[in-house]
Amino acid sequence: MRVIEVRFHGRGGQGAVVASEVLASAAFKMGFEVSSFPFFGVERRGAPVTAFTRIDHKPIRNKSSIYEPDFVVVLDSSLMRGVDVLEGLKTAGRVLVNHPDGKKLDGMDARFRYFVVDATAIAISHGLGSPTAPIVNTAIMGGFARACNIVTIESILQSIREEAPVKPEENVAAARQAYDQTQEAGA
Amino acid sequence: MREVMTGNYASAYGAKLARAEVIAAYPITPQTSIVEKLAEFVNTGELRAKFIPVESEHSAMAACIAAETAGARTYTATSSHGLTLMHEVLMWASGARLPIVMTNVSRAMAPPWSVWVDHMDSVAQRDTGWLQFFCQSNQEVLDTTIMAYKICESARVMLPAMIIEDAFILSHTSEPVDVPDQRLVDSFLPSYSPDLKIEIGKPMGFGSLVKPDQYMEFRYKAMEAMTAAHDRLLAVEREFRDVFGREHGGLLERYKCEDAEVVLVAAGSVAATAKDVVDALRAKGHKVGLARIRSFRPFPDQEFKALASKVVGMAVLDRSYTFGAAGAMFTEVKASVYSSQKRPVVKNYIAGLGGRDITPKTIEKIFEDISIVSRRGLEDEVEWVDVAGLPRRWR
Amino acid sequence: MTKSYEEIPLTPISSTPSTMNLTGLWRVVKPVVDKSKCKKCTICWKYCPDAAIKLVGGEPVIDLMYCKGCGICSFECPAKCIVMVKEG
Repeated sequence: MRVIEVRFHGRGGQGAVVASEVLASAAFKMGFEVSSFPFFGVERRGAPVTAFTRIDHKPIRNKSSIYEPDFVVVLDSSLMRGVDVLEGLKTAGRVLVNHPDGKKLDGMDARFRYFVVDATAIAISHGLGSPTAPIVNTAIMGGFARACNIVTIESILQSIREEAPVKPEENVAAARQAYDQTQEAGA
Repeated sequence: MREVMTGNYASAYGAKLARAEVIAAYPITPQTSIVEKLAEFVNTGELRAKFIPVESEHSAMAACIAAETAGARTYTATSSHGLTLMHEVLMWASGARLPIVMTNVSRAMAPPWSVWVDHMDSVAQRDTGWLQFFCQSNQEVLDTTIMAYKICESARVMLPAMIIEDAFILSHTSEPVDVPDQRLVDSFLPSYSPDLKIEIGKPMGFGSLVKPDQYMEFRYKAMEAMTAAHDRLLAVEREFRDVFGREHGGLLERYKCEDAEVVLVAAGSVAATAKDVVDALRAKGHKVGLARIRSFRPFPDQEFKALASKVVGMAVLDRSYTFGAAGAMFTEVKASVYSSQKRPVVKNYIAGLGGRDITPKTIEKIFEDISIVSRRGLEDEVEWVDVAGLPRRWR
Repeated sequence: MTKSYEEIPLTPISSTPSTMNLTGLWRVVKPVVDKSKCKKCTICWKYCPDAAIKLVGGEPVIDLMYCKGCGICSFECPAKCIVMVKEG
């Protein structure tokens, strides 16, 4: 097994950093070695935030940044206008996007496989965050378990239960619903 | 018990397990979560300590000095401008021979304003009389915090220590850390009980005026203490290994150096990345190694002298620029090997300042370069790595 | 006499308080209070930098063990009742 590298793109306040930690925690519970870290630009609600997770079967010594991820997770599709969220993504890499409609995803690159889940609607329906500022990270992590085949939904749900500061059961339910509703976009 | 946690939380757990009794600190990015976690521990009663929220880092160190003089085991943490604000009291702490332990989250100095990793703040304190440990992993941060108290509180040492963790790369990076059992730590680290302390009923003044005819003798004693710290560090680490089953390489961790032709010398998290590069290059048949400066003070002089006789090239990576003729760590390494019969080529690489990422590719290129110059001879003794505008490509 | 480094403590320690230092011996001029003019305003007592003036029954009494003869009390006295007189 080679090291797996995941990059998360979100806006400040959406929980991208916690998402990277939930993934690390889930993989750790499954017996993997892990490392997760954020890149902080401006620490402000709404500003782009990038977070990273590495998963391997041996202790991770590499402390440099991730340039060629295997998976990219986009918590806010509006970021795709201003940020090249797919930069460095390996050929045949997978992208998971928080988006209401997989058929309407613009500019898909044939080298990659895209997965879509409406994490925003799911988060709002479970009362996570507010309708204008929903916290989509737990839903997106449920989607990740479906899209990316590294961690099981059970380990994700267990991590969410432990990491969620509030509303653990609502967060778990959102993740489970997203796991069920995540679909591959295009063909 | 193994848990995934940040370097900052590892620091907090280290201080908690060491049973710090007085914690005086001021917040600064990216140290804040250390102190927040400790405040939580004190609040819940998990850690029985007096927490003093002070108004500046200078006051934080002053409070630690006073508390330690009264016989309490103290702890504080800071970074960058907070550390440099403390500079004059750091000198006091070591002159007063107080075994305070502090975490410095090593961060760039401004201007330019930066919150990211750089060793200038830590290196600028190398003259203060503090022991300096540069860590490469969160596990090492936790373990070294506990070990530092034991080393520093030894009668032959009695000097303060700073545990240095790279800003964001360790402080905010989550990785698995084994948090030892409190009872095991208690069996390893006894409570702090100094011979001399302020006591009500026995008035004394500490750190009094000494005229020119006696000052030098006090400094000589301090020098002996820093010298004794070398052997004490090794002994404490052997004990730690016996109790906890782990060690971190002494003063100079040598990774695959036994038959190495060239070695990279580096401190902090970049050394961890470099181990992957060493393995990859070894798989291709290159005889390379890594010598990680874990203890910068005391300086691993005898270790470098021993290594010098075995290698033909030493690439010394400085993650700071301190305005000398060359980088600080390079200059000290070079001086250390100067007296060796067989001197390797020693070259300085200034890299990773202000959080500039040092990739495995860059480290590979440094190994390539030192291999070439150790055969061909040095042209430039100092090379700045990955600077836009300079012709050489490092990524 | 300089002590060997082996004979000194880790850090210099003084176990005698600063009151052992009889700074009155440094004096060249000393203050003399004219009680008939003194208004008991306590300004001299407040200004003395060495706390070498005591108030006894509201009146200033100079502590000659420590008074260094700086003259501040004389300078500040509004009634001009303190005079600096040569020692000896």
